Amino acid sequence: MTSSLLANLLTEPPGVAHYMTVGAVMFVCGAMCMATKRNALGVLMGIELVLNGANLNFIAFGSKYLDNGGPQLGLDGSLIALFVIVLAAAEAAVALAIALNFYNNHDSIDVDRADQLQG
Amino acid sequence: MDAIYWPSVFFLIFGALACGFALAVLLSANIVRMAFYLVLSLAATSGLFFLAGQEFVGAMQLLIYVGGTLVLLIFGVMLTSQERFVNMKTLAGDWVIGMIAGGALLSLLTAAAFSVPEWRGPERAAVENLPIEPNATPIGMGLLGARVDQIGAPADERAGMAGYLFPFEIVSVHLLVVLIGAAYLARAKRRSNPLPTG
Repeated sequence: MTSSLLANLLTEPPGVAHYMTVGAVMFVCGAMCMATKRNALGVLMGIELVLNGANLNFIAFGSKYLDNGGPQLGLDGSLIALFVIVLAAAEAAVALAIALNFYNNHDSIDVDRADQLQG
Repeated sequence: MDAIYWPSVFFLIFGALACGFALAVLLSANIVRMAFYLVLSLAATSGLFFLAGQEFVGAMQLLIYVGGTLVLLIFGVMLTSQERFVNMKTLAGDWVIGMIAGGALLSLLTAAAFSVPEWRGPERAAVENLPIEPNATPIGMGLLGARVDQIGAPADERAGMAGYLFPFEIVSVHLLVVLIGAAYLARAKRRSNPLPTG
């Protein structure tokens, strides 16, 4: 099954499902980064991976070269992907500022130390 | 045996690089190496964007993401890289729970992706006959509010597909406000009792 799938991929074009699989791997890696990393910047990198995995799906659904007759986003896919990239840049800037502030105040970047709001 | 379809080969290469370096980000404990693997993973993703015919988004991914956002992240790593924070081991219990949840999510998403017949790959002849059109101009016109790709559509279908001028304005102002706020948050602290001068 796997070998025939691979042989198919060498002679046939990839489809939306293949892009979605790559996006799913990146999304899951990012989600697990967010859950398991103790360094706040590692959590931030997980968020970047999640956003990128989601972006890959928008690109795949917007591409006419992967279209096999299913519903298509067309140009909307690329435009939404652009907005996601810009918003990810904004999110990274704010999150980094918060992380640096936390580091200045607590002399630590460990997210487990950020428990002051528990009261 | 058909001839090898080279875009598929490049898809396999870029897809394997993107997935492999994403896994490396997850499995590495060293924050500096994680940042480097993330750069490679996102660059490979931009290769996938190019392969899907979205060359403008791929270029923006390289410029903004790899060139801007990740440089910002690496600055953050450098500013906080004390010895004890460079290598932070994850607890074994966290790994177990994370692997279970992540594996379940991954198998669900992959099964869902391949369960829809329309999402499998198109016929090779159909793709090879498609005209090659750069899509930077439609994207630029769409951001200005004119959807050149929807000109032929009937008016009632076009009603919900307005241009993206207003979201573009909002996101521009949002980026400006966010960067001012980030600069305000991250500014150097002034000492409460400055050293006497003179």
